[in-house]
Amino acid sequence: MGAGLGSHLHIEGDSLVHRLPAHVKLVALVSFILLVVALPREAHLARVAMLLTALAVVGLTRVRWRHVLARLVVETPFVVFALVLPFVATGPTREVGPFTVSHDGVAASIVLLLTATTSCLMAIAFATTTSSRDLVRALQHLHVPDRLVQILAFMVRYLGVVGSQSQRMKVARESRGFAPRSLGGWPVIASSAGALFIRSYERGERVHLAMMSRGYDGRMPVTDPLEADRRDWARGLAPTVLALLALVWVHAA
Amino acid sequence: MTTPVLDVRGLAFAYPDGHQALFGVDLHVHRGERVALLGPNGAGKTTLVLHLNGILEAGAGSVSVSGMPVVRENHLEVRRRVGIVFQDPDDQLFMPTVRDDVAFGPANLGLRGEALEARIAKALEAVAMGEFADRAPHHLSFGQRRRVAIASVLAMEPEILVLDEPSSNLDPTSRRELGELIQSLDVTVLMVTHDLPFALQLCERSVILSDGVVAADGPTRAILDDVGLLRAHRLELPWGFTG
Repeated sequence: MGAGLGSHLHIEGDSLVHRLPAHVKLVALVSFILLVVALPREAHLARVAMLLTALAVVGLTRVRWRHVLARLVVETPFVVFALVLPFVATGPTREVGPFTVSHDGVAASIVLLLTATTSCLMAIAFATTTSSRDLVRALQHLHVPDRLVQILAFMVRYLGVVGSQSQRMKVARESRGFAPRSLGGWPVIASSAGALFIRSYERGERVHLAMMSRGYDGRMPVTDPLEADRRDWARGLAPTVLALLALVWVHAA
Repeated sequence: MTTPVLDVRGLAFAYPDGHQALFGVDLHVHRGERVALLGPNGAGKTTLVLHLNGILEAGAGSVSVSGMPVVRENHLEVRRRVGIVFQDPDDQLFMPTVRDDVAFGPANLGLRGEALEARIAKALEAVAMGEFADRAPHHLSFGQRRRVAIASVLAMEPEILVLDEPSSNLDPTSRRELGELIQSLDVTVLMVTHDLPFALQLCERSVILSDGVVAADGPTRAILDDVGLLRAHRLELPWGFTG
């Protein structure tokens, strides 16, 4: 299934993680990441344990590691920042080979790398096992304001439509000899973007008419409510409980 | 005489910018009829269609559906009775899966659970798209999307199906299949079209709307044979169909 955006991220499967109801997974993901971020700076051991937990969850999804690694690319900005940090941070320094690095910078860099990798892995485990349709249902179930959920759902549905319209306009421009080589081409691109905006706006109005014609009253009907029993919650929240225990343990020690 | 499914009397309408699109339209469609609504671009066909389920409100005159006047209090019931299938299926299919889309209308009418499932299955079966229920609309071909758009309206069990340019952008095979599909449906049909051979194939009666009034109303064959009438309203049969 999956739609537009979702079809690139979501991977069909029948693992334990795939079968968990989407709203359970979403609550588990957000709470886990918040707890991991809340770990104190020096709690490296706990942080490594959380990374292992995230790796274990990704393992449970039975999605190929090749896919997971490809998706980890989103972490690149954090990695770049983590690599730069030891050289730009202030405070006591020390020599590592030919380089002079900041002591605090190295520590912060390790914290950043571990936290970002753990969070990204968990987010990937969620994204690969949850279709965009289920994500929308989960947000609806969790009482996220209906307007926001609808905006998300329409974005998922129409991104492909608007994308292919933009592609057709590009082909039409180039078919008439336009080549965007210099700054001189920018006004053309800008007016195309404007035309695309107007067309999307008009499409929005037509979609609204079609919705009204089928009895839309401002709220999306929930036709297929999500259900979760205690066992689903227990399984889904297991990583969150581990993170909570780690946090308590670090503060007690 | 029985109550017409569609009873439009003296309907006039001007857009807020002052452009008047309809100047007193009279139209009656009876149960079981298939009527083609013909007319050049800008004749007011779409404006008329949007009055049939109360999206636009009549400036003067009235519209009733099976005796029920189209006024604000009746909107939900009128929108159940009049199923409009829009020209671009991408405007009509906005949910993530075919099933969700077909469920949208009946769910707005309050159906849930097994009754809803049965409606969805029946509507998809009617357009031979049952096996595509879990697919995303944008993964279907254009012809398939148009059929799903029809199913999404059939699921509301309308008394009259209004089709806006149903044969546009279809390849010849999809066009023939759609024609057979429309013929197989047991429902009153009002079909807005420029495709005159398609109108002849499916509709025994045709109405020409031109400059916001009904210019002709009669058997499709007789209307298409009147070359002078067609020409006066910027309509003509494709090359090779005349004579």
